[in-house]
Amino acid sequence: MNFELLLQLIINGLIVGLLYGVVGMCFVLVYKSTQIVNFAQGEFLLVGAWVCWALLIYLELPFFVGFLLSLAFMAVFGVMLQMIVLRPMIGEPIISVIMVTIGLSIFFQSLVKWIFGVSPQSYPQVFDTQSISIFGLNIELAYLMSTVIALIIMIGFYFFFKHSKHGLAMRATAFDQQVAQSLGISVKQVFAMSWGIAATVSATAGVVIGMVNGVSNSLSAIGIKVFPAVILGGLDSIVGAIVGGITIGILENVAEFFDSQYLHIGNMYDIAPFYVLLIILWFKPYGFFGTRDIERI
Amino acid sequence: MTDTILKVDQISLAFGGVKALTDVSFDVKTGSVFSIIGPNGAGKTSMLNCISGRYRPNSGSIHFDDRNVTNLRPNDRADLGIGRTFQNLALFGHMSVLDNIMVGRHHLMKNNWLTGPLYWASPAQKEELQHRREVEEIIDFLDITHVRKAVAGTLSYGLRKRVELARAMALKPKLILLDEPMAGMNLEEKEDMARYILDLNEEFGITVVMIEHDMGVVMDISHEVMVLDFGKKLISGLPEDVMADEHVRQAYLGLEENEQLQEVV
Repeated sequence: MNFELLLQLIINGLIVGLLYGVVGMCFVLVYKSTQIVNFAQGEFLLVGAWVCWALLIYLELPFFVGFLLSLAFMAVFGVMLQMIVLRPMIGEPIISVIMVTIGLSIFFQSLVKWIFGVSPQSYPQVFDTQSISIFGLNIELAYLMSTVIALIIMIGFYFFFKHSKHGLAMRATAFDQQVAQSLGISVKQVFAMSWGIAATVSATAGVVIGMVNGVSNSLSAIGIKVFPAVILGGLDSIVGAIVGGITIGILENVAEFFDSQYLHIGNMYDIAPFYVLLIILWFKPYGFFGTRDIERI
Repeated sequence: MTDTILKVDQISLAFGGVKALTDVSFDVKTGSVFSIIGPNGAGKTSMLNCISGRYRPNSGSIHFDDRNVTNLRPNDRADLGIGRTFQNLALFGHMSVLDNIMVGRHHLMKNNWLTGPLYWASPAQKEELQHRREVEEIIDFLDITHVRKAVAGTLSYGLRKRVELARAMALKPKLILLDEPMAGMNLEEKEDMARYILDLNEEFGITVVMIEHDMGVVMDISHEVMVLDFGKKLISGLPEDVMADEHVRQAYLGLEENEQLQEVV
């Protein structure tokens, strides 16, 4: 058994899993505060990564300037999306809203293909060295950066929800919109903000993944990959999203390892997470961290 | 500040063909305890919802602090100083008591999405401490110190009612709307709650508009009582006067029927 390869894959899984966790958190954020299952989550990564690419290539901005600009763009993008497309849907049946997000997903995928073409592109070189070696393992510098960014985002989320006025407002809105309003919380603002945050943070993940794998339309597939992660975590738990993300990241890499070494079934990397998802939901229908209603006995 | 804090003028509200309220007008004096009574389905909660902004009346106007608030959203009215509690408990069940009350503080807090995550390095921490102190005062006042870290959903009914009151008080409202604050309580809990309502009215200077079924409590603590029946205002005035009114006995207390019954017997 090739332990070195296994270890390498597990570490890769951990790093990618953290990014899944970040995207999953955004998914949970939107779901919690607006009750919308957002099928266009992956397109946030896609649009963000392409916008950043365009800023770097066409305007020849330095990487971090382009990166921050594209994040600012995505914040506006998310808020506008909510205000123009989703606000009129408030009060409509939830299935209609989900259909709208599926439509948005198809629309943005096509739009991006139309504007940027279908062939993958890569960002200009950001770091001088591609990868560094830690304890004999090769780790790409971009991945290392992504880990740091992911951790910063997670800690930021924690303090945002625990200690900021808007975080508190979002938690209250997630629980009961009418009561939240009676306490002076503008539900419209909370909705717009959660979409803005989701778009911005997802785009961060999109750019980071794009730095390693190149910017291509397959980025939107992350939006689907995040499903097993958040459902595993219970759909409405931020911590659950992180744990679910890491689990899925490691799982797909380990599955890939066993497949390539022994089983030779092929494509386990993409399929394995969904198998495990099915099995877990069998026994834990709320996911591992999902809320069951508190009942006083 | 004027003498009248809330002026409700000719409010009508209909849900399709059902008329919940018809031309209801009344004034609430600053610093008073104003009770709304009436049989079930009389439109009491609808009236409260019109004041808090959850329902928008079909016609009529509502002035709060000399400002027309008829078309404001509920959250804007809360910002102006109208707090409320709900008939069915509406606490954020998974949050701690303290967080529940801090949500009420929300509109007074200034830190934003940038300073929040940078908690330790920004004024957010200092600000939170100051709000926390005022919130602790309210917690002290309502005797819920021992449960402040508990998850709200696990508390007993009476305590949850008190936490809900604390959350509404945290808004620093000028006017507080209480929807059946004593429903489902035992005698002792009712007495406690009546004392809290009196104290928040007298010590904190908050005007109270309350819906309550317990006539003993209503008579004891209200400065003014209004009776609603089938969405119409029957009478309003001093508690004694209202109780003495013929129509009220008929509509709400049902005394006349009893008396007639006795005569027959």
